[in-house]
Amino acid sequence: MFAAYLMTAWAGGTIVAVVAGVVGFFVVLRGNAFFAHAVPHGAFAGAAGAVLIGVNPLVGLGVFAAGGAVGIVLLGRRARHDVVTALTLVTMLALGALFLSRSREYSAQVFALLFGQILGVSPDQLVTTGLLGVGCLALVALIVRPLLLASVSPALAASRGVPVTGVDLVFALVVAAATTVSVPMVGALLMFALLIGPPAAAQRLARTAGQGLVLSVALTLVTVWASIALAVTTDLPIGFFATAIGALLYGGAAGAARSRRGRVE
Amino acid sequence: MLSAFFASPTVQTALVVGSVVAAVSGIVGVFTVTRGQSFAGHALADLGAVGGSGAFLLGISQLWGFVLAGVVSAVAMEAIGTRRLEGRDVATGVVFGAGMGLTALFLTLDTLIGGSSNAAISVLFGSLFSLDTRLVPVIVVLALVTLMIVAVIWRWVSLETLDRDLAAARGVPTRWASTLFLIALALAVQLSSLSIGAILSTALLIGPAATALLFTRRLGTAAALAAMTAVVQVGVGCLVSFVSYDWFGGSSWPVSFTIVAAVFLTYVGARAVCALRGFAHPTAVA
Repeated sequence: MFAAYLMTAWAGGTIVAVVAGVVGFFVVLRGNAFFAHAVPHGAFAGAAGAVLIGVNPLVGLGVFAAGGAVGIVLLGRRARHDVVTALTLVTMLALGALFLSRSREYSAQVFALLFGQILGVSPDQLVTTGLLGVGCLALVALIVRPLLLASVSPALAASRGVPVTGVDLVFALVVAAATTVSVPMVGALLMFALLIGPPAAAQRLARTAGQGLVLSVALTLVTVWASIALAVTTDLPIGFFATAIGALLYGGAAGAARSRRGRVE
Repeated sequence: MLSAFFASPTVQTALVVGSVVAAVSGIVGVFTVTRGQSFAGHALADLGAVGGSGAFLLGISQLWGFVLAGVVSAVAMEAIGTRRLEGRDVATGVVFGAGMGLTALFLTLDTLIGGSSNAAISVLFGSLFSLDTRLVPVIVVLALVTLMIVAVIWRWVSLETLDRDLAAARGVPTRWASTLFLIALALAVQLSSLSIGAILSTALLIGPAATALLFTRRLGTAAALAAMTAVVQVGVGCLVSFVSYDWFGGSSWPVSFTIVAAVFLTYVGARAVCALRGFAHPTAVA
């Protein structure tokens, strides 16, 4: 389980888990689950486009993730957020379908991007991933106070002079960066499960924001490590274990929170 | 050009199925958008892949896999969802994530037992032009069932959508109303993701309805307008895809792309018209 060829998987998984734990905490706090699904899923179309024109897929992934995230925030300022998210997502996916129809390299690469291949991470990839991950966390650290306030109560934040749209935009870029870090390893469809499951469980259990953040990272790390171990020993896809553990954690946390409060929300 | 378009049997099937699916999606979409359940609508479309791959594993008809997966996920989302929008989003996300994980598992097991389930891939990237004609009657029947459910719960759901507490006070069984609506939504998106793929399914569910709701707040008017818009968009998309065959030396644009482009451009255009003329209802919901 700790063979040399698996060390990059462990290291990569740890980076992804820390980033997803931090970013996911804010995603859940802001009720941005759909956004967190749309950005990785739509960004995969960018990777398909990059393959088509012969560029590194990571570049296409990053460009589409950032473009989609910023587009959703800007279009969503004066409309229902979920509607704009849905339409941006399907437009990106439709572009992906167009790119795929132009290129000959079909299923294998696409499949890998959708469901990920954490056991196929190369050491070069690890360096890029690490740098992007650190950048992502630095960005969050930079705006953590206004971000917290704007997430909990946009109206209060605006009245205190916080530029709410600016904060939203920076956070959109953070989600885009986190996506670019994680999608090649855990896949577009499963990246968002990491952003939602463990952080939502943490939210149910924690009493303060600081607690929530730490717990969120801890639970995500546990999820990713357990998933890698199970995937290696059973030879089944890592995405299944990651999502199943995430859902179980959330179910357990919801039950615990409910019994602790003694009332049904 | 047009005579060739209408003479092609592929186009005829695509237009019939596309119009049926578009009309149902437009009508159901109006409620979906007003209730803020776009995420659930999209998640249910993608979750068709679980049903498709799971049914292949069990050796049962994929159609029933689709329907079953849709209804089960809808009930699960409603069961763990809370009334707060944020909580509901997270509940949808957890069910959605778990479902996609199961898809990954089923797909792997499918390849282990030999062969592969094309259904899951066709859910994600299905095409209106590669329809299985045997599915046409089933799709029409499912569409009728969906419309019947919507018609039966129309009054409940409209009231419950506008004001849940008022609806409860008037004696509307709100829990039943929202669960039944979610099942109707699941059927609508399953039938469209089965026939034309999840991308188009979400586009037709949300786009026309959101466009219609920019111009009217009456749910009935909006539903009619959305259904008509969706049917026109499908027709235009099919035509552009068909014609584009000649533009690029014999490889046409995918029909999913042209229809989604039509949907997106219509919505953005409508937003621009509203912004320029101050036309939108001041409290428009979309």
